[in-house]
Parts: sequence; structure tokens; C-alpha cells
Amino acid sequence: MAINNQNGYGAISIRKVGKIYDPEGVHVEAMRDCSFEIAAGEFAVIVGPSGCGKTTLLNAIAGFDTITSGEIYLDEELISSPRKQIKPDVDRMVVFQNGALFPWKTVVENITYGPLVQRKMKKPEAMDAARDMLSKVGLNEIEDKYPEELSSGVQRRVEILRALINKPKVVMLDEPFRGLDAIAKTVMHEFLVQIFCTASNTMFFITHDLDEAIFLGHKVVIMTTRPAQVKKIVTVNLPWPREHHLKGSETYLDLKREVLEAVHEEAKKAFEAGEREMA
Amino acid sequence: MRRVKKYFTASTWRGFLSLMVFVALWQLVIFLKVPYLERLPYPADVATEGAKAVQSSGYWYNWKVSMIRIFTGFAVAQIIGIPLGLAIGLSRVFRGFTFPIFEMLRPIPPIAWIPLAILFWPTRELSIYFLVFLGSFFIIVINVIQGVGNIPVSLKWAATSLGARRKDIFWRILVPGSLPSIVVGMTVGMGVTWEVLIAAEMIAGKGGLGRATWEAYTNSAFPSIIVGMLSIGLAGYLCSALIRKISDMFMPWKRKF
Repeated sequence: MAINNQNGYGAISIRKVGKIYDPEGVHVEAMRDCSFEIAAGEFAVIVGPSGCGKTTLLNAIAGFDTITSGEIYLDEELISSPRKQIKPDVDRMVVFQNGALFPWKTVVENITYGPLVQRKMKKPEAMDAARDMLSKVGLNEIEDKYPEELSSGVQRRVEILRALINKPKVVMLDEPFRGLDAIAKTVMHEFLVQIFCTASNTMFFITHDLDEAIFLGHKVVIMTTRPAQVKKIVTVNLPWPREHHLKGSETYLDLKREVLEAVHEEAKKAFEAGEREMA
Repeated sequence: MRRVKKYFTASTWRGFLSLMVFVALWQLVIFLKVPYLERLPYPADVATEGAKAVQSSGYWYNWKVSMIRIFTGFAVAQIIGIPLGLAIGLSRVFRGFTFPIFEMLRPIPPIAWIPLAILFWPTRELSIYFLVFLGSFFIIVINVIQGVGNIPVSLKWAATSLGARRKDIFWRILVPGSLPSIVVGMTVGMGVTWEVLIAAEMIAGKGGLGRATWEAYTNSAFPSIIVGMLSIGLAGYLCSALIRKISDMFMPWKRKF
């Protein structure tokens, strides 16, 4: 399956984006001239060395932070530039690295929070929609639990549902499965593939896990060490829906080799830069 | 049947046993005439005195007086302290204006305010309310400030992405997010408040459990002193239990499962 977007919303264009933190003081250049395109309904995976500025880019698209040069467009509309920064909104949902479910709300209350706070749905309607989503992914039994009673894998799935109920154009996930073990991860990947094949959102997915990157992405965007730029974009021509046996295929292994090589080069540079900074 | 089983677990028996040993040791100390402790009353005398006390209206009057003082001072401290803490925690400007004064006054132990409080307030009763207020005020404010600061920024970001406005962020994120710290502040504050109340009653009060204990001392009524002390302990325990109860009610997500 190719890109599965019917409505054609959610194309992101990142043009010569740069970000300097604390220009007067410490002056850390997180990104420089970073440009790439994500088509509507595309699953884009961003990989790169730790601290290279991937999250900075995500924050700018989400509207949590500003950029110091360049422009970001969402469906041809300028959403971020040094002169203009539009606020976070329901069209761009984020699933956070450490999870951001509201601990004082039950699962179903978390999921219905968006539609209710925007007054888009009445409470019974929102509850029905949330229960429907939960049962589709086999989580209907946990609707009245609080997040702290759930495993982190389940928490993350709930958080993804909380984002999706708002029908965003873009879902951004910042290393959502970090810290999960390999077995839990495969479950999460299947979950995400299932979600992605039924919804039509553009995905912006940050990870360090190269298997995850190739298994999930239409394309893998490899970033350089700081200041982040695009080093290489690898297109993943594996059939959708992605299934686990693909991981043994020749194409998959070739792709992995290609991505690994590019990432390794950058990791080495980052490591050496780190050594220099420490010295 | 089940209930009975639940109450008589191994740890219940251990608790009961340790209590018996404690009383036995107490008895033994008096029996052996351990130096400096020879005027300690026998446990049985304390028990008799206690039994007499709970049948007198004066004893319960002292409970009432102390409780009214605690809850008035404590409640006023929360009503002023929680919004103040939220404001300091949320607004950098407000923090800049108020926090230095707050930090200057905070290290002064509430008991050190007793002389000024007596001179300042028109009645003794008001000065006791004021001291009790101080005992929990600084603690609740500090805890609320920390509570607001400890709410992860990702929760606020998530809420804005989901469409929450400033008002929603305040009521739906910041207030519930700082509730755990508010409860900690209340629990600690309640403990300090009892200390302050007893000291204030002993020095300046009319009636109340602290005063009763002090009067027992001036009358050299040893069993009554101990009855007073035990009553104060029990009263403090009941107040803390009440706060735990309330916190469970307001924070169902923090209940132990």
C-alpha cells in the first residue's frame, strides 16, 4: 500500500529551518538549514544522534517552541517562522516521550478530554466514541482505570487514542516506545500499523530504534549531529500493512544496512564532538 | 466472619503484644524505683483518671475548644495559603514581589510569634487562632508553590494541543496537578499546628487540651498530665486521619489499590 491519505490533509514542508538556543549567551545551534517534505498521509520517521535537534523540530511544528530561521508549512499554510508562530492546536497532536496522560483522569476521561474541552461533542457522544476506539484495539476493559494502574505500553496506546479522537492532520510521536522491551515493542508496532491503516493522519515519528524506523516508515529521515540537517532520506518500499515476517526479507535487510551506515557515521561524529566538548 | 478475620491478623497481634510489653515495662520502672522516674503514676491510675475524665463534661469541653481553634486557624490558613501559593507558583512577577517577604518570615518558628500575637490581637482567643494559622500557613504555601512547579510541562502542552484554553489549563491541569502537594502541605501543617496550639494554650489559653494538661501540672496531678498528653496525641491523630480521608475523596487516582 502506498500513502493512504484520502483527504489530502497534513502535508508538512520544512524549509531551511534553523534554531539557535540562547543566541546572546551559550549559543547552542540545534538546527541549521534543515529542509525536507512530508506528504499528506505519509509515515515519516526521523532518526539521528541524541540531542541533535529532532525534538526541537517537533516542538516547532507542534507550536510549543519557536525557530530562529526558515519556515515550516502545514498544507501550504505558514505555521512557524521567526516572525510567526502559530499556537498548538488540535490539528497537530503530540504523543510525548515520557507520556503525558493526565494522572487524575481515567482512561476514558483522558480520551474524551479533547472533544469535550473543545465542545465538539456532548459527553455521551464522546464517551461512545472513546469506548468504540478502545474496543477496536481490545482495550475496552481498562476504560475506568487511572493511568498509574496501567503498564507503560498500555499508557502509550491510550495516549495515541487520545490524540486520534481529535482527527488531527498530523500525529507527532517523540520516541513513544522508548524504554519498552522488545516484545512489548512489537505489540506497539502492530498497534500503530493497525491505527495508521485505518486513520489517514500524517505521522511524524522520532526514534532511535532503526528496526522500528524501517518497519513503520514510508521514509526514514536521517539527521546529522548538531546542528541538525538532513543527512539522507531513505524510502522504504515495503508493502502495507507491514507485517513482522518482513523483518527477515532481503529488502528489509538492505534498507537496514543503508540506514545503519548513515546513522553510524553521524553517531561517530557526535561522539567525537562530545569528546572535544568534554576536553 | 470475614471482617473478624481481617481485624485479627498477625500484625494486629504484634501491635497488641507490643502495647502490653510497653505497659508492663512502665509498671516495672515504677516498681523498681528507677531514679528520676519514681513519681511516674501507675498505668492503672492513669486509666482510672482517664475513665473519670471521659465522663466529665469539662474534659469534652476542652476537646471542643481545642478543635475549634485548630480548625478555624487551619481553615483560614488553607483559604489564604492555597490561592497565594498558586499565584506565586504561576506568576513570575507576583513571585518577585511577594516571595522575598515570605521567605524572610517563614523561618521564624510560629511559637516565636506568641508575644507579638498576644500584644497585637484584642483577645487571647484571636491570638491563638492567629498562631495556629501561622503554624500551617507557611507550610501550605511552600508546598503549593512546589506542587505547581513540579507539574510536567508536557501535561500543559498536551492540554493546549487538545484545545484547552488558559482557564481550562488552570482548573483542569494546575489545580488537580498540585493537589498531591496540597495534601502533603495540609498533613505536615496539621502536625505543626497541634504543636503550636498546645504551646499557645499553655501560655495564653483559657480551656483546651493544652491548658488542661498545664493545669494538671500546676496541680501536680500526675495521672491527669498523662491523660492530657494522650488526649492531645489522639486528637492530632484524628485530625491527620481526617485529612487523609478528605484527600482520598479528592484524589481517587492516588488511592492505594
